[in-house]
Amino acid sequence: MTAKPSAGKTSSRRTGPTLAVDWTACDGRGLCAELLPELIKRDDWGFPLISDDAVPVHLLDFAERAVDVCPTMAIKLGRR
Amino acid sequence: MIAAEDRLGAAAVTSPLIGHSTASQLSLDAHLRDYGPLPALSSQDIMQLAKRAGLTGHGGAGFPLWRKLEAVMQARGRAVVVGNGAEGEPASGKDGWLLTHRPHLVLDGLQLAAQAVGGSAVFLYANELIPLRRLGRVIAERDGSRIDARCVDLVAAPAAFISGEESAVVSYLSGGDALPRFKQPPVFERGVRSRPTLVSNVETLAHLALIARHGPGWFRLVGTPDQPGTMLLTVSGDVARPGVVEAPHGTRLADVIEFAGGATSRLQAVLVGGYHGAWLPPDVAARVRMSRADLAPVEASPGAGVVVALGERFCGLLESSRVLGYLARESAGQCGPCLNGLPRIAELSRSLVTRSASPAAVTELRRIAGLLEHRGACHHPDGSVRFLRSALRVFSAELELHHQGRCSRTTDDAVLPTPRRGAHDLPRTGS
Repeated sequence: MTAKPSAGKTSSRRTGPTLAVDWTACDGRGLCAELLPELIKRDDWGFPLISDDAVPVHLLDFAERAVDVCPTMAIKLGRR
Repeated sequence: MIAAEDRLGAAAVTSPLIGHSTASQLSLDAHLRDYGPLPALSSQDIMQLAKRAGLTGHGGAGFPLWRKLEAVMQARGRAVVVGNGAEGEPASGKDGWLLTHRPHLVLDGLQLAAQAVGGSAVFLYANELIPLRRLGRVIAERDGSRIDARCVDLVAAPAAFISGEESAVVSYLSGGDALPRFKQPPVFERGVRSRPTLVSNVETLAHLALIARHGPGWFRLVGTPDQPGTMLLTVSGDVARPGVVEAPHGTRLADVIEFAGGATSRLQAVLVGGYHGAWLPPDVAARVRMSRADLAPVEASPGAGVVVALGERFCGLLESSRVLGYLARESAGQCGPCLNGLPRIAELSRSLVTRSASPAAVTELRRIAGLLEHRGACHHPDGSVRFLRSALRVFSAELELHHQGRCSRTTDDAVLPTPRRGAHDLPRTGS
């Protein structure tokens, strides 16, 4: 639904959901990194460094929780 | 197709936007006499013309216009169409030239795009520093003559580097600041006031106006298979006739510099694609061609057609450092990595110039650059990093000199403009 007009070749079924940050909303509070250290590190200024890869199935619950607790609602779980 | 070439002459194929002369063409009568009226075309006709012509965008990203048209056509709701002439890039002047000298081609293209997507609101978003009152009179003349199906609202775009970024345009026209936003949902679904929105560069629209008249076959007579047609380029620096030139995509960069009168001194580097672009060393600049496919292997892109020839009397490191300072100032300050990272990059690159750099400064610059990529609402951090990396690559010998406390510069002139935001509207002193 939110695919770019150029999309079409990459199969979202194979890649699975990924984490995305709305950088205009993120304040770098770091709750996501605490909840999901396997996938989220913090940079020099505290902002999340997130793997571009699909979230592994066994971490999906944690990823959803990281999305839910973000105080600025800056992190999203979606399909590319 | 060849008939069109014969009728219009060779200049109409290799430089159809500029034509034989660079004189302004402001009256509607003169425009209709030289170019003829727009043919009546259906929505599908226009989309198919853009597709068969292979017209790609001239704002920097080079995205195929027909895909944008199709995406907006398929989105739900009454569409908004925006001709984007914000041209925040200080070294670019081609959109301003087009709006000042060939406004009717842009306005024709804007009508065609609006017709294609069934747009009910049409904006022309033009840099506030160009003569907008005159452009307003051109629009008023067309309104009075009733040749257009839709009225066009002229909106002054703030003269800031990122005010032409697609989502910034949408934000500004929706009543907000001209700042980028998170791209989900995309603007072709939810753009200006939540309506599906087409944002297209003004030069792209002018090409569409010519394709509607002469056909896709004519458009493909020049250019490359991937990027047919011509492009406007703004050439500055050490050339005899700085200004706007037109050349087919795939033209040798060396020829582009010749079109601008040729280099006036030995060149040490050429900047292509503007401040989100890349420096090229002389050997590469001598052989490379101006198209996305040709420039990709040398980690560059034509962008919006900026070409700056850097003579040997300048210090490339100093020029780059000034630009990095400018890019840091022009950050919207909305995204953490850009807000924190660009000033750090500017500071470190300045330290390289002023000899106060620690030996680890270059390593640290590269590390910070890595922290910026793909981490913003727009491409400002990515583009700035591309510029930085090319500077470190191309000016490595100059860097060595600076480490030894020397500099090859023999002039106090600066090449690359780095205007202060709002400097033009500071209150004047005296009367």
